[in-house]
Amino acid sequence: MAHAYTPGLRVSPLAVVRKIRRLPLAGEVCVEVAQNVEPDTAVAQTHLPGHVHNVNVANALGVAPEDVPALMTRQTGDQVAADEQIAQSKGIFGLLRSSVKTPVSGVIELISGVTGQVLVREPPVPVQVNAYIRGRVVEVFPGEGVAIETHGTLIQGIFGIGGETYAPLVFFSDDPDAVITPDRVEDHFVGRIVCGGAVVTLDALRRMQQIGVAGVVTGGVPYHDIGALLGYQIGVAITGGEDIGLTVIATEGFGRMRMAARTFDLLKVHEGRHASISGATQIRAGVIRPEVIVGLDDTAAAETPTETAHHGLVEGGTVRIIRNPFFGRIGIVETLPERPQPLPTEATVRVATVRLDTGETVVVPRANVELVET
Amino acid sequence: MSDPDQVRIILATDCGSTTTKAILIEKREDSFRLVVRGEAPTTVEAPFEDVTRGVLNAVREVEELSGRTILEDECIVSPAQGLTGVDLYVSTSSAGGGLQMMVAGVVRSMTAESAERAALGAGAIVMETLAANDGRLPYRRIERIRQLRPDMILLSGGIDGGTVTHVVEMAELIAAADPRPRLGSGYHLPVIYAGNQKAREEVERLLGSRTALSVVDNLRPVLERENLGPARERIHDLFMEHVMAQAPGYRKLMAWTHTPIMPTPGAVGRMIQVAAERNRIDVVGVDIGGATTDVFSVFDGMFNRTVSANLGISYSISNVLAEAGVAAIARWLPFDLSEADLKDRLGNKMIRPTSIPQTVEELIVEQAVSREALRLAFDQHKSFAVSLKGVQQERTISDTFDQQTTGQSLVDMMHLDLIIGSGGVLSHAPRRVQSALMMIDAFQPEGITGLAVDSIFMMPHLGVLSTVHEQAALEVFERDCLIHLGPCIAPVGTGAPGSPCVRVEIQAPGTSIQRDIPAGELTIISVEDAETLDLCVTPTRGFDVGAGKGAATRHSVRNGVVGIIVDTRGRPLAIPDRSNQRISRLKNWYKTLHLYPE
Repeated sequence: MAHAYTPGLRVSPLAVVRKIRRLPLAGEVCVEVAQNVEPDTAVAQTHLPGHVHNVNVANALGVAPEDVPALMTRQTGDQVAADEQIAQSKGIFGLLRSSVKTPVSGVIELISGVTGQVLVREPPVPVQVNAYIRGRVVEVFPGEGVAIETHGTLIQGIFGIGGETYAPLVFFSDDPDAVITPDRVEDHFVGRIVCGGAVVTLDALRRMQQIGVAGVVTGGVPYHDIGALLGYQIGVAITGGEDIGLTVIATEGFGRMRMAARTFDLLKVHEGRHASISGATQIRAGVIRPEVIVGLDDTAAAETPTETAHHGLVEGGTVRIIRNPFFGRIGIVETLPERPQPLPTEATVRVATVRLDTGETVVVPRANVELVET
Repeated sequence: MSDPDQVRIILATDCGSTTTKAILIEKREDSFRLVVRGEAPTTVEAPFEDVTRGVLNAVREVEELSGRTILEDECIVSPAQGLTGVDLYVSTSSAGGGLQMMVAGVVRSMTAESAERAALGAGAIVMETLAANDGRLPYRRIERIRQLRPDMILLSGGIDGGTVTHVVEMAELIAAADPRPRLGSGYHLPVIYAGNQKAREEVERLLGSRTALSVVDNLRPVLERENLGPARERIHDLFMEHVMAQAPGYRKLMAWTHTPIMPTPGAVGRMIQVAAERNRIDVVGVDIGGATTDVFSVFDGMFNRTVSANLGISYSISNVLAEAGVAAIARWLPFDLSEADLKDRLGNKMIRPTSIPQTVEELIVEQAVSREALRLAFDQHKSFAVSLKGVQQERTISDTFDQQTTGQSLVDMMHLDLIIGSGGVLSHAPRRVQSALMMIDAFQPEGITGLAVDSIFMMPHLGVLSTVHEQAALEVFERDCLIHLGPCIAPVGTGAPGSPCVRVEIQAPGTSIQRDIPAGELTIISVEDAETLDLCVTPTRGFDVGAGKGAATRHSVRNGVVGIIVDTRGRPLAIPDRSNQRISRLKNWYKTLHLYPE
């Protein structure tokens, strides 16, 4: 097969970053093409249909379901307020009447003469989508949302949790092998995105939650600690909706993993600048990776080093090895042998020979290398 | 399509979620044989968003390998003439998540379960099963319907002529939720009503204008009988008309194929059914993928399929860990590994799902997880593949001490004839004996059971082919698809390691072997150059191989590439809890079988 390698994560000093911001349901777009937006600008809004509550009127009045429509005091389409009467029995000679009240405010959607149920729908819930990044609106999808572009640095992580946030970047240490422990979470990290380190401990994550750190971008995070933080183990990697008050991004993987030097260096260049980050991850069907986006103005863009993009797995390309025994190592592809070769497991697969940053040359399955994309 | 008798060259593709696989079949002399196989990445998603690009790439590989010209101006040439074109082109698809359905019924264990069986049998992933008695409040059910965006809903409920109230209540909930389809924003969600005929009018009134409603015969017309055929056929029609038609490039692909495109699991199930019927055997088939594991079974002619949507060995590997637990996976490892290390390794596989084991230790860990994924999926299958529940039974006085409730599992391991394994971890294990032992450990077959693997995952292709050319499908299935690993002899019972357990006598042309095997061992007996073997298996008093405790049984069995595996570890299989004992026992078994490189 032609593409037996993993496309890889983007670590791009200067890129055109385009974000599509869509409503979950059709609504209205609040901005125009060419308009400049801030991360918290509402770009589109809509109303989600309200919750539906069912009221078993037949049971409540002790009548047959087919008698319910005739006993309704409010009809389909009527607005009703919570605790308002919606049906009443005939009683005995007009006396001893019993009635039924709606538990919620809303609109009567259905009166069923078959089941004796009445459905009351609550008012619609307003929903807004914000810009998430500082940039310019480049396209409007009428009734659906917008596309926003910015020039800036884009760093994709491998796994994350927590939603979108926008805050300044701060480094806790210049040592990429450092461990983020609770005592190293300083008070001035409040409202900031803490970067660096090979791993963050569970206690440090909890302290960050406590004091109100906006996010953390680190090399690795123990799988078990993510489960402990969330209160449940992640079974399939679909994340981003966790309401934990903190966005966590691992750039390399689970466990203790030194952040790749180029990622570390690039984040370091932008220390103090504001970044938009999202922990949303989806591995299957429409891959989504967690990301750090630093929008740059012209002066900052000029100061940021640029690199040439590589396309496909080629000799001379930079790759990251993503499986033991060389997990996390960065190297240069030396050769791409045409014929499949046997591995220690005895599986025969297509391989690449990679010169590691230590100078050593190793043979790895092509499936176990990831392009370092710029 | 050409007259089946005139068909000589067949092209079949399977558009999977990551890879599109194409095979070329040719009639040589009197029988159909696989010629070559090609594959290419599936192109349903951006940047291509056209499934036919991947199909064309896979077919081009077939052209290069076979020397036959199949494409002209990016179209499939048909019929075949000389070294150009094919007579028949068929395809299956599971790309873009396959067919995702929601089913609803009145009673969870009766009509809702029948609806689930109909959907699963048609090749769907059942995202949710709603029932009037599922214990949820109505608004919770409405929220659930709205949250999920299925490709279609199958609504059943009530026997014909029974009460209409509950099934109408379910229809009201669906109407209130106003569900949206997963693909395509400009059309109504397909809903199939296959419930009580008396409620049709009311269901049409409620759902007719809000959904694309179609009405078919009741799938449970009486409690004693299911009638799943009409609902399944309608699901297939709607899969083509709505789901496939909305997926990128499928309109073009549908115009190329000579028969309707089938959902991949539906095609695999059909092939297993055809094979079981033709050979009159009981079969269990399993397809273990990265995200899901499908289990199929045919026992006494009754077909069942289950899909464990979150059990797999890449995308869903951490879910196997969450469901099985660390201890269950670690019990298959002949070395110590810390809990944190195991969790991190599996987490890293989840987020880099296409990576493969490079070291033997990594391979052992991945195969340990596979055992647990297979075991959990098979447990789910056993609890679903049951006789109809709620059926009135006639009993006589002689049944007083042997009364069985309805809903007994149909899976009978002692009478199972063949287990077929499919999916990368089984089909592509570096040593075939590894596939055999993974299946034995996960399924724990009893008595004498044949083991086989799908050599290159072509059951989907052959399943859809069997709808138009059963002979071609069966010939390729027997000759090129299945790799027989050999029979497993597993006496049921327990005994102290080393105590007498079973005598195995093997007769084959020019060969006669007799072996006494004690309890607590795994042994392979190899017989070269024999396709079938006559076995006489005599267990000791505490063990049973199908004829009762201590009774001998004779079988004619298919030989295989691994040989005859005699598993005297006992049933149920017990692995020592203590780490050092477990490691020593596993090392011993694995060494005897030459399971891994030294």
